[in-house]
Amino acid sequence: MKKFLEGSQAVAEVVSLCKPGVIAAYPITPQTHIPEELSRMVAEGILSSQFVNVESEHSAASVVLGSTASGVRSYTASSSQGILLMSEVLFNIAGLRLPVVLTCANRAVSGPINIWNDQQDSISLRDSGWIQFYVENIQETVDFHIIAYRIAEDRRVMLPVMVCMDGYILTHGLEPVDMPTQEKIDKFLPPYKPLYKLDPENPLTLGFLGDSDYYTETRFAIQKTHQELLNLIPKIMLEFKNTFGRDYKDGLVERYYIEDAERVIVAMGSICGTIKEAVDDLRKKGKKVGLLKIITFRPFPSEQIYKALKDVAKVAVIDRAVSLGSLAPLYSEIRALFFGKKQAPKQISSFIAGLGGRDVTLDSIKGIFKKLSLNKEIKEEFLDLKPELLQEEL
Amino acid sequence: MREIRIHARAGQGAITTAYILGYAYFLKGFYPYAFPHFGAARMGAPMNAFLRVDTKPVNLRSQIYEPDYVLIVDPTLLKGFNCLGGLKEDGFAIINDTEGFDKSNLNFKKKFYLVPGTKIALETIGRPLANTVLLGAFVGIVSELDLEALIEALKIRFKGEVLEKNILAAKRGFEFIKSIL
Repeated sequence: MKKFLEGSQAVAEVVSLCKPGVIAAYPITPQTHIPEELSRMVAEGILSSQFVNVESEHSAASVVLGSTASGVRSYTASSSQGILLMSEVLFNIAGLRLPVVLTCANRAVSGPINIWNDQQDSISLRDSGWIQFYVENIQETVDFHIIAYRIAEDRRVMLPVMVCMDGYILTHGLEPVDMPTQEKIDKFLPPYKPLYKLDPENPLTLGFLGDSDYYTETRFAIQKTHQELLNLIPKIMLEFKNTFGRDYKDGLVERYYIEDAERVIVAMGSICGTIKEAVDDLRKKGKKVGLLKIITFRPFPSEQIYKALKDVAKVAVIDRAVSLGSLAPLYSEIRALFFGKKQAPKQISSFIAGLGGRDVTLDSIKGIFKKLSLNKEIKEEFLDLKPELLQEEL
Repeated sequence: MREIRIHARAGQGAITTAYILGYAYFLKGFYPYAFPHFGAARMGAPMNAFLRVDTKPVNLRSQIYEPDYVLIVDPTLLKGFNCLGGLKEDGFAIINDTEGFDKSNLNFKKKFYLVPGTKIALETIGRPLANTVLLGAFVGIVSELDLEALIEALKIRFKGEVLEKNILAAKRGFEFIKSIL
């Protein structure tokens, strides 16, 4: 049934339909509405789950680590400084192969304090071993939470999943959403059956010392699973389509007017909607432009991106995060995958956009397409930078 | 596509206004996308809520710079903020005509309506929350919405006595605008 829902409300509803046994979260803008709504559902008996109030995000992550290790489906959510405070535990969750699902309500990282949207927080956790999905709208947000549990708990995977949704734009925005029924979710997502669990009756130790004789293999095993996920995710997406009727193709990337495109923007998250709007406008004028949306950032779908872009003359990559001191995070990986390839774009330009909530307008996106028509690769441009703010001497 | 911009101060219910109006459009089969923009996160700070409506799902995620319609909940914002900036030629603004609002400087070439929202709200809801009155006036002007859809949307947001008072406020806003159109 279609509902008109706030993104955070929609996440809370779909998470409750996934029936986590334990929820632990600490409030932080713009994630707050999600745990607020879930705690209400638990308090009113709508959701039969244990909601654990904690004193910090580090504790929230530790609780879901422990509850998942004891065999219970668990959920948490955070943003910005909060998810960074979790980070020490997040690496542990992946290392212990625990299928936690976490919503990252994407927000800029301090300082200066900034509560608004960019993707620096989750991007900074790209090396943690977590699977990362970046969603474009509220419907995708809902669907990818169901997919997240299904993939995380798959015996061939056993890794945590982070669903990254842009703060405010999606967490505080309202849209029509088709909320899947409990019946369909139950069909697609069977109860969690752990391979091993912490159980006083059958004691075992998880995450004990893995010295130089073993540690490398634990890392290798996670890496191998990530590689296998590139084949597995498309299969699960097909099952999702057969159950729910929505088609995310391979679930790794979305190709929007790529076929004959001469100029393509690559991006992740809600900004892709604005890019689609620009593509629609420019296509009406006969311009051969397109969008490649990266849905799955970890594992990184190099092969799918290569196939989508190899015949495109000019590519611009938009990052909503910075790797201070080097190339932008998504950009550097796109460049790297074309190294040594005969078929490759003539130009791959880098744009850093929408930091700390700076609005990305339709005109700015069209401006990027215009810049691509010039025969000059842009090594790095901070979109809509205000040079006048940089004039003052410190 | 229709784009609506709401100007208010944090705590004056602009998000709820965008939500209710979005829901009214939703009930009429449109695809709304309602979203806020906060400045500093504190009560009383100027803020915007936006509503973008189309007959197909809305992709565009930027703020609204060239609205079809503007709702101004707090007219004191007209000083110091370009609340009417970018308003389309064939668009209009609804301004809450509060007591003591100085209209002498309102030198504005595009269409606007002054609605005594706070006055009606005090008489109906009992609190100076003009939003529902302004929405009643709004659905009295645009052709794609009607009072029934607004009342249905109010029923989703409010219950009991609060609902009844808001329905009354919406009707009064609707009647007011019809009386001056």
